Amino acid sequence: MNAVEAVAKPAASKEKRRTFDVLEALIYLFAVMMLILIVYPIYFIVIASFSDPAAVAGGRMWVLPMGFTLDGYQELLKHSNIWIGYKNTILYTVIGTLISLAVNVSAAYALSRKDLAGRKAITLFFIFTMFFNGGLIPTFLTIRDFHLYDTFLVMVLPFSVAVFNIIVARTFFQSSIPGDLWEAAQLDGCGNLKYYVQIVLPLSKAVLSVLALWTAVGYWNSYFNALIYLKDQDLYPLQLILRNILITNQMQSSMGTGEAAVIAMRLANLMRYSVIIVSTLPIMCMYPFVQKYFNQGVMIGAVK
Amino acid sequence: MSQSNAGMLHTLGRIRKNWGLYLLLLPAAVLLLLFAYIPMYGVLIAFKDYSPATGILESPWAGFNYFEKFFNSYQFDITIKNTLVISLYSIATFPIPIMLALMINQMRANRFKQVFQTVTYMPHFISTVVMVGLILILLSPGNGLLGNLFRLFGAEAPNLIGSAGMFSSLYVWTDVWQHAGWDSIIYIAALSAVDPSLYEAAKVDGASRWQRIRYIDMPMLLPTAITLLILRIGGLLGVGFEKVYLMQNNLNISSSEVIATYVYKIGLLSSQYSFSSAINLFNTVINFILLILVNQAAKKYSENSLW
Repeated sequence: MNAVEAVAKPAASKEKRRTFDVLEALIYLFAVMMLILIVYPIYFIVIASFSDPAAVAGGRMWVLPMGFTLDGYQELLKHSNIWIGYKNTILYTVIGTLISLAVNVSAAYALSRKDLAGRKAITLFFIFTMFFNGGLIPTFLTIRDFHLYDTFLVMVLPFSVAVFNIIVARTFFQSSIPGDLWEAAQLDGCGNLKYYVQIVLPLSKAVLSVLALWTAVGYWNSYFNALIYLKDQDLYPLQLILRNILITNQMQSSMGTGEAAVIAMRLANLMRYSVIIVSTLPIMCMYPFVQKYFNQGVMIGAVK
Repeated sequence: MSQSNAGMLHTLGRIRKNWGLYLLLLPAAVLLLLFAYIPMYGVLIAFKDYSPATGILESPWAGFNYFEKFFNSYQFDITIKNTLVISLYSIATFPIPIMLALMINQMRANRFKQVFQTVTYMPHFISTVVMVGLILILLSPGNGLLGNLFRLFGAEAPNLIGSAGMFSSLYVWTDVWQHAGWDSIIYIAALSAVDPSLYEAAKVDGASRWQRIRYIDMPMLLPTAITLLILRIGGLLGVGFEKVYLMQNNLNISSSEVIATYVYKIGLLSSQYSFSSAINLFNTVINFILLILVNQAAKKYSENSLW
């Protein structure tokens, strides 16, 4: 049987035995250390969100939750602003991603066509904005002049053009959609718009999914635009609420004294662990489904 | 004359024939015009004594007053120094994703490789707010993971979050923790383009594993690495606002005030619109010049450049 195997894949088995060397051992050792360094802090947050805050603060919780409790999650339910933020973030992410994809992919397709008159100048018009911009205040004043300050629209429309994404999609169209296809469609009397919607888009699912993922993650995680352009708490996205819970209150909560203050502080800490889980879970759940597109997406972008 | 007329007619014909394409371009172009190019025109206020009541055009000229004000302010040295320190420190960690990709490329246990990649990509999806929240919670000397670890060995944990001296290290290494895996993807993609027969030939010639990495893999990554490095250096003074701003506190402010956060505070928190725009414009211009210089250098010393 050994002989049969050796014949079946002689090179592979021989190589495996011969070259398992020091370098390889070091690589695996190092990789395992890195895995621990990445996974353990995240795991710590997960088990801490289910544990007695006193055990966490006292350094008694290391591997498994201690004094199992759902108090942190229950406390979250009381904070309606978190759920308003959640709803807003979902709306911004869904609508923002749809607008952004429609705008960017359409422009990318037009720019990918070599018979577009003025292609060079138009491309420059787009790319220039990657390296030069008006900066914070002039942009802020522009938004205010257009009466977009403190509106729903400011979160999904003005900054939906992503030139980098346009370049990625353009490269994809150039390399993956054969030019002959357009020639043939044209002979059949198919116009540009019909061709784009009925032929190009269905052939571009890979690049569409990658861009959708990038954009959606960006919307879900960003807080900058909300910080600058929103005042009304009811429009706040989740990240801005999280900032208040996780970061701004950090200093204050550690200042109180007395028994009640200690308990309140512990509950606040426990809630921080749970809010991290609740806010990050949706993105993490999306991740395995789209992972197969990652390498592909970067490859598309790397062709340049 | 008639030739140029014919050329123009030809171009017009091409535009008319492809009107659908211009329609597709229109939304993106209009958005850029309104929200990128109009603000660029608004940069004029850096040279004016702008007040919202009088508007951009009517406000009196101030020349380079606001630039001089920035150069002479005591914040100038501090913000430039902090921005440069954080930026250069970040760029110094630039080889880490490359080493990670070389490492992953050497793994033959496919199952392990997959798990390793999935896990190292994951932190990239954590938002900046949550990331800084994690830093504050885990590294708290009082009741965080770090504090617990130190107490386990009977030692007192350092207060990393409230230490000015540790700010840049904290900023850079948490960034590495979060993004090194993700940043390695592009190099892994580049490595997957290596022709396998190259490795075979090298093996036949008796090249060791290390020699194969050194003479096949590394040259393969060079063009990608140089392109990304040019872009990084072009953003030397562009340390991101989001994470620094969230990590700032009264104890570390002396090393955490960077140009971007200063522009925000001067501009939006104390409404000195012209002053803030001048600082920002100075920043943008330096970045632009750096980008062009580095690109020139890259062109001269290797075959790789952005344009």
